[in-house]
Amino acid sequence: MSTTTTPRTSPAASSAPSAINLARTTATATRVLRQLCHDPRTIALMILIPCLMLLLLRYVFDGSPRTFDSIGASLLGIFPLITMFLVTSIATLRERTSGTLERLLAMPLGKGDLIAGYALAFGAVAVVQSVLATGLAVWALGLDVTGSAWLLLLVALLDALLGTALGLFVSAFASSEFQAVQFMPAVIFPQLLLCGLFTPRPAMHPVLEGISNVLPMSYAVDGMNEVLKHTDITTDFVRDSLIVAACALLVLTLGAATLRRRTT
Amino acid sequence: MMNNAPNPPDPVTANPAAADSAAVHATALTVTRGPRQVLRGLDFDVPRGQITGLLGPSGCGKSTLMRAIVGTQAKVTGTLDVLGLPAGHATLRSRIGYVTQAPSVYDDLSVRQNLDYFAAILDPGREAADRRHENVTHAISDVDLTSHADALAGNLSGGQRSRVSLAVALLGTPELLVLDEPTVGLDPVLRRDLWQLFHTIGADRGATLLVSSHVMDEAERCHRLLLMREGEILADDTPDALRAQTGADTVETAFLHLVDQAIKAGSHQPRKESAR
Repeated sequence: MSTTTTPRTSPAASSAPSAINLARTTATATRVLRQLCHDPRTIALMILIPCLMLLLLRYVFDGSPRTFDSIGASLLGIFPLITMFLVTSIATLRERTSGTLERLLAMPLGKGDLIAGYALAFGAVAVVQSVLATGLAVWALGLDVTGSAWLLLLVALLDALLGTALGLFVSAFASSEFQAVQFMPAVIFPQLLLCGLFTPRPAMHPVLEGISNVLPMSYAVDGMNEVLKHTDITTDFVRDSLIVAACALLVLTLGAATLRRRTT
Repeated sequence: MMNNAPNPPDPVTANPAAADSAAVHATALTVTRGPRQVLRGLDFDVPRGQITGLLGPSGCGKSTLMRAIVGTQAKVTGTLDVLGLPAGHATLRSRIGYVTQAPSVYDDLSVRQNLDYFAAILDPGREAADRRHENVTHAISDVDLTSHADALAGNLSGGQRSRVSLAVALLGTPELLVLDEPTVGLDPVLRRDLWQLFHTIGADRGATLLVSSHVMDEAERCHRLLLMREGEILADDTPDALRAQTGADTVETAFLHLVDQAIKAGSHQPRKESAR
């Protein structure tokens, strides 16, 4: 046979998250949801905290309903992003440290199957979380939305996907839960400060505005505000949603590249 | 892994003979981790249909060798063929069962849910559901956990968790089972039962088993032994032949004898090298 010193990595063990096997993806999603089912406290926290925060916000801005409208709508987009970021980064880190990831990658599981499974499972949780939070904000707390509440939900879902993607990606750089949690302020807080929640983005220093233009959360918040102010689907809304979706896919692909079958 | 893999030769045409002969065939197998060579140019064969014990002190490279065989170890050079294909080949993933040293199962799932998931990865699709259910039930009873099937893996004892991990490897009737210290921390009765199970698997399914251990008395239960020390193979023989060769009563004494020999040879080597 050929030279004996070639590294014998297999050709088909290649990495591209290309073909996704539907059965294996749904099996993975089911498994992730089953794990969550054994942890009811986490489910309760994920679902109740956004509602409680909105409730709190409503009464903090009791005197100025317009402020509640704009901050409330933005938060509907930010909550799913933060929750899914935290949950995914810890879940993937656990998968890496417990050896189950190594075991799975030694089995005929595609990386795409694993990532899509996670996205599917946490996406389902995000739907529940967003439906409750949006419903509470719009119908009980009087959040004044000009556009359709369905569009709010759509943006919230895309944000959840983005959060899942970011969480998966950063978990590759964390070797402990401590580090993974610290990535939350590192990755999320700058976006939170620059996304227009505190100061409208055009009113910021040009340098900061320039930075905010390349951060995905800015578009998530912009999208929410479009729905807040306009009755129909504006081109800006479409653009913002597409940018968030594209960012999520890009980061998911980067995340897939961090899953390696062979490790040292 | 993309960056360290120039295209290897076509696996099937490259080595047709290996398909019939050895389950694992290694020539000049070397693994580096960081600055250190963990495996240093190993040459060995693991015969098919037998139980081969991989023995040596902890830190000698047993786990790294096993990871290289199942294809999860990076920076592997030399030739390493597994079931006639280069190690890590995609089609091998469903033909090898691998149990890591630390039990790799989901602590927040029940025993059955753990196995259900891994079974769905090995044998996906709705049509296979009945077969999967049967396989899972069988694997659970093989490792004697039927009464704990619905318990959370995280609530089980250490030995029970490692048996869940072992059960995962028994799913899908693998041709090669790579077991990294499967009996560590288990009580004598359970160890005996597991070794009986290994022999049954070997005999009934014609499967090849590669079992690592640092407990030398387990060596007597293997058909063949690979004795390792500091990334090198000290001996590759049957337990009987090893004892005969060294004039020792037990494999343990034989191993110690070989280690002493190696140390003696090692202390001569530097002088030879500096003379060159």
